[in-house]
Amino acid sequence: MTLQPVLQAKGLVKTFGRVVGLNSADLELYPGEVLAVIGDNGAGKSTLIKCLSGAEIPDSGEMFVEGELVSFKRSLDARAYGIETVYQTLAVAPALDIASNLFLGREVRSKGIAGKVFRKLDHNGMRTLAKEQMTKLGIGTLQDMSQAVETLSGGQRQAVSVARAEAFGSKVIILDEPTAALGVRESNQVLKMIELMRDRGLPVILISHNMPQVFSVADRIHVQRLGSRAAVVTPNSHTMNDAVAIMTGALKVDENDQALSPAQAIADAL
Amino acid sequence: MTTPTATTDAEALIESLDRKSALHKFHHVLHKYPWISPGLVLLVAIIIFGLLNERFWAISNLSLITQQVSIVATLAIAQTLVILTAGIDLSVGAIAVFASMVMAKTAAEQGVPGPIALLLGLMVGTAAGALNGFLITRLRLPPFIVTLGTLSIFTAITLIYATGKTINGKYLPDFMLILGTKIQIGSFKITYGVVVMLLLYAIFAYVLRNTAWGKHVYAVGDDPAAASLAGIQVNRVLFSVYLVGGLVLAIAGWIAIGRVGAASPSIIPDANLESITAVVIGGTSLFGGRGTMIGTLIGAILVGVVSNGLVLAGLDQAYKVLAIGILVIVAVALDQWIRKVRA
Ligand SMILES: Nc1ncnc2c1ncn2[C@@H]1O[C@H](COP(=O)(O)OP(=O)(O)OP(=O)(O)O)[C@@H](O)[C@H]1O
Ligand SMILES: [Mg+2]
Repeated sequence: MTLQPVLQAKGLVKTFGRVVGLNSADLELYPGEVLAVIGDNGAGKSTLIKCLSGAEIPDSGEMFVEGELVSFKRSLDARAYGIETVYQTLAVAPALDIASNLFLGREVRSKGIAGKVFRKLDHNGMRTLAKEQMTKLGIGTLQDMSQAVETLSGGQRQAVSVARAEAFGSKVIILDEPTAALGVRESNQVLKMIELMRDRGLPVILISHNMPQVFSVADRIHVQRLGSRAAVVTPNSHTMNDAVAIMTGALKVDENDQALSPAQAIADAL
Repeated sequence: MTTPTATTDAEALIESLDRKSALHKFHHVLHKYPWISPGLVLLVAIIIFGLLNERFWAISNLSLITQQVSIVATLAIAQTLVILTAGIDLSVGAIAVFASMVMAKTAAEQGVPGPIALLLGLMVGTAAGALNGFLITRLRLPPFIVTLGTLSIFTAITLIYATGKTINGKYLPDFMLILGTKIQIGSFKITYGVVVMLLLYAIFAYVLRNTAWGKHVYAVGDDPAAASLAGIQVNRVLFSVYLVGGLVLAIAGWIAIGRVGAASPSIIPDANLESITAVVIGGTSLFGGRGTMIGTLIGAILVGVVSNGLVLAGLDQAYKVLAIGILVIVAVALDQWIRKVRA
């Protein structure tokens, strides 16, 4: 019996005018794993995960959530399947405060008539939850949840986006370079959080250019090259140098030597 | 001796840092409450005009100002919603007049009962707003162009429909004119129109602050791409803003009938620019995403105060135009400064 992927893409094609973003790209994410996606700039990593999160609509190809064929028209559709994404561009509303950003599109209303009839938001409740969430991520330095996001540093903004995904993702978490603007301590917090999510059984897709990070946290590594998947390897089967060689096309990996499913990854580890 | 110089240098440095942090604090406060600056200007204006001419402070004069601003202030509510989404609505006056003519004409000429005529007018205003929203979200045309077009279209339709004629108040049912009725609060005399205007401000201030829709309006104006990635249906929010705006504009039309005591196709000629002026002076950013209803109300009253005060000070109409021009430019410059934030 083969394990069924939580999230799967088959032959995705996405073009932007004459630029090819994705050229028949595949991806499988299995339960409880951290799948790293690496590749050169412009290899199509962001485009791939944007299709999986509903932010872009692929020209052709198929996507499956737990075996069910899905077609996402907007990010809301992917969210409905429990897929949460931190985009490379962060997607925060700068003028709104931290709590409003965390709950954007999922606001919590007050109890009773105020909430039901007058649709009043539970500002205090959302701020308390936001505070808890930020503390959980180790971003305790942010005290005032009513502070506008534009007054935060790049790293703090990134933390807000990550906290939002972590808070609401129920099936899959996708992180597009979540540590790019973070300091060492904050990066480690995010990595720890990724491990925590995996331990809870929540699979994670992590896009990163930071090889040591990728090799320390990933179960499998999807190497993207020129809009499609060049290979899937594991930290045990290949070295960082191998991974870079695959990215640049200097190294080709035979299908049989790839870690196309977690079973192979486990075999590699033995 | 070098020591004294060193100390003075250090003192100068500390002093400059202090001054910097004071400016920083001021910046921070304005960033959080952008209506404070127009509020201060309003206060200063009221004091100065009172000193120039005692009659300015007379209760009767202050009552008059609130009545004078009631129409433009109501239009400015719709304008604020639109500008918060980084749009602009050049058709606010045209929609209000269109709706008011529908109310007046159906009541006066078709003999439709007042409340039904009002309802018809409200529906027409809402539909006109919805048309703007449709063109902006479905055809993806810029709000400036769409509303420039519908400004002409609605104005023309109104003129054709009303055959260019004013409908005198004596042909209108009382209900149609009710917002012009004065009520006495102490020695302050305001109209029901002013009450309705203030009520609308209270409602929309609440909605913007305390509902999810309000948050979404800000988010869409702030960064539509980010809002959409965050799961907000940007087009739906935009459309709803123009639709709700249309309803508010129709109410402004009703207020206008009461204030003038008649319905005329040329009732509020400078309404578009005045509504934008009120919004901008009130601290709402033309780039969208920041601003408040209270700011716009202050902006609208400030425009009324300046017009009234300069007239009482015996100055020519031209000075009013000059003063408002300066206020607008100062407000926009201030907004640019306020929006400059870096952590
Ligand atoms: N909205 C767009 N319009 C036009 N071209 C696009 C768009 N989005 C992506 N592309 C193009 O598609 C290709 C893949 O881009 P993508 O952002 O997916 O790369 P990436 O692997 O995420 O790179 P990076 O590591 O720099 O983030 C690039 O050539 C890019 O120029
Ligand atoms: Mg990218």
